[in-house]
Amino acid sequence: MSLDTQSVSSRFARSTTGDAPTLFRFATAGSVDDGKSTLVGRLLHDSKAILADQLEQVARTSADRGFAHGAFDFALLTDGLRAEREQGITIDVAYRYFSTGARSFILADCPGHVQYTRNMVTGATTADAVIVLVDGRKGVLEQTRRHLAVVALLRVPHVIVAVNKIDLIGFSADAFAEVAAQAEAVAAELGIEGLHVLPVSALEGDNIVDRSDRTPWYDGPALLELLETLPAADELEQELEPLRLPVQLVLRPQGGLAPGIAPEEAERLRDYRAVAGRIASGVVRVGDRVEIFPAGTTATVSGIRSAGVEVDEATAPQSVSLEFDADIDAARGALIVSAGTLPAAQREFDAELFQLDARALTPGIRVLVKHGTATVQAIVAQIESRYDLDALTHEPAQTLQTNDIGRVRLRLAADLPLEPYRTSRHGGSFLVIHPSDGATLAAGIVRD
Amino acid sequence: MTLSPTHDVSSRFARSTAETTNETKRAGALSTLDLLEAEAIHVIREVVAEFERPVLLFSGGKDSVVVLHLATKAFAPGRVPFPVLHVDTGHNFPEVLAFRDETVQRLGIRLEVARVQDYVDDGRLQERADGTRNPLQTVPLLDAIAAGRHDAVFGGARRDEDKARAKERIISLRDEFGQWDPRNQRPELWSLYNGRHTPGQHVRAFPISNWTELDVWQYIEREGIALPPLYFAHEREVYERDGMWRPVGPFSPPREDEAVEVRTVRYRTVGDMSCTGAVESDAADLAAIVAEVAVSTLTERGATRADDRLSEAAMEDRKKDGYF
Repeated sequence: MSLDTQSVSSRFARSTTGDAPTLFRFATAGSVDDGKSTLVGRLLHDSKAILADQLEQVARTSADRGFAHGAFDFALLTDGLRAEREQGITIDVAYRYFSTGARSFILADCPGHVQYTRNMVTGATTADAVIVLVDGRKGVLEQTRRHLAVVALLRVPHVIVAVNKIDLIGFSADAFAEVAAQAEAVAAELGIEGLHVLPVSALEGDNIVDRSDRTPWYDGPALLELLETLPAADELEQELEPLRLPVQLVLRPQGGLAPGIAPEEAERLRDYRAVAGRIASGVVRVGDRVEIFPAGTTATVSGIRSAGVEVDEATAPQSVSLEFDADIDAARGALIVSAGTLPAAQREFDAELFQLDARALTPGIRVLVKHGTATVQAIVAQIESRYDLDALTHEPAQTLQTNDIGRVRLRLAADLPLEPYRTSRHGGSFLVIHPSDGATLAAGIVRD
Repeated sequence: MTLSPTHDVSSRFARSTAETTNETKRAGALSTLDLLEAEAIHVIREVVAEFERPVLLFSGGKDSVVVLHLATKAFAPGRVPFPVLHVDTGHNFPEVLAFRDETVQRLGIRLEVARVQDYVDDGRLQERADGTRNPLQTVPLLDAIAAGRHDAVFGGARRDEDKARAKERIISLRDEFGQWDPRNQRPELWSLYNGRHTPGQHVRAFPISNWTELDVWQYIEREGIALPPLYFAHEREVYERDGMWRPVGPFSPPREDEAVEVRTVRYRTVGDMSCTGAVESDAADLAAIVAEVAVSTLTERGATRADDRLSEAAMEDRKKDGYF
């Protein structure tokens, strides 16, 4: 494959003045040979994220591998490990960065064929959007259904199905409509809302950066336009959500104030005590009444620092420290919430687990659950079922093997403020950790 | 090509985009730098909360300077609650060492130094034929981590620097030999970091993993962070080698056929005098540097690091052995 290196859109001129760009995280997923590397290469190339020395290195290695003069093997850009380049496969999620004037993008490139669930889950948990690639000639495959099923379970805010290789099906509106209808049907079955389906050619650039005049029957946005305008999770309305602040640690500098603080200021800060953490949802203002889990006590916010600077108000996902009008009982693992919104304490709950470790999960085993900033002991009380990603049904199961998704019941050694994942991505997500070697065994979400 | 049957389908998709963007987007959204800063502080606090003896690798280079600045903000108004560690190759720029010492003194932090020179002097390490000491840092680094019983080591590495680093986790486990096993990394999910480790293991923590070179410079400009002077354009005696301007100095003498000249240069990265090249530049202040980086057509490592040109896997091989 080759790229016209002159066709760089002026849109990508990186702005260093004017409105500060916002951040958008997205992941790409696809099956073998559906052109994902080409799509990623196209986005990076057209956004000038690939600089001359990198391009030269790729061109050199491509030539060594027998690519025609001037042609690139785009996979070389993202296959960062020697084993990947030698075997011609992508092993692990790679993170790539590019920017337009309006936005900075973090792209998690998730390989499709090896450990696809593990990689998809990794990419999808932090993504504002996931792009699932479909080969326009092949339509929605089993692999596509699996990707969409994972994306649906993890409730990624925006799902984009890019119907690729539209050039190889003659830019046919009918052919596209057929694939789009398949994708829509699967999405409807999975309960995915706000699906976007686009006809693209990653190789030739149609509907990637600019709308293509070869698909006049398509009046939606080009892929990049969509990525530039979809709201990121942090841009969604925070006012409506109750405050959730998992306490990371207590700041109590006492004698250990930073040097350079003026004496009168140091006197004022002599008894400084604040809880530090990253706001998971909502807004906090000086004067707000809050409640603390698990103590159940209430207090009034008397001071806020965001990234160390005193402010009157802070919002998710800022890293803050909060002072209160009274001494409160809140250490690491506690949760600060808006008064009146305290989640119920739970000791036993139903979850959906994504089994990521090579070892199987069996009933009765002891694990650790990390939720927010709290880590507690737990026992897998029961394994209920395994999700059949092909049939999209739940089958009875005794164990969960690698890459399985299944329903389990967990019993906890201490209370946790669990919330359904459906309503809270942060309050309903947790890790299952091996108590002795510390490996991450599974990703978990709290069922309703 | 037919038109009518699909028109409804596609325009519906288009409509859903417009709706989401206009109705739910919050005014005054946080900027990229605000979000990257919040993420980095979260990581730094997680490590301090969950580990006994963290340490920050501090070279005086811009990335470690930014991590240290973030640490001061994470614990304000208190002081940074961990020491810094510098692996001194013996080939450092004197002005960078001076900056290092001023910085730790200003912030009241303890500085630990591991000296490659000591290892060369007593024969534990052998000088390389090419004179570069960058790869020699690994052993003194691992010894210093063991001696300090550090269970968490902060670094300023970024994923955009190198494609092996693009696969690195934010919290990354190392065995007792300091080795990185890229094929067997823990998945990193949501913002839940798993730092559990067994005795002898430690983690490397990279709070600015998701920052690009331009983000770093824009943040330095926004925050007014002090840097060693050689990041800014200055006149220096240099000679050309491998397409880079190399400094004339005790560890990097020119060969006879390499002509020395005075040029206006600056450094995009700060490593050893023996392997770091300067770029020609008139950028004498932060605004000029930000403008220059924004239009650069070379990566910072490609432009300035001789050691990374050795092979496509140079960084991966060093990382597997316990390098930064």
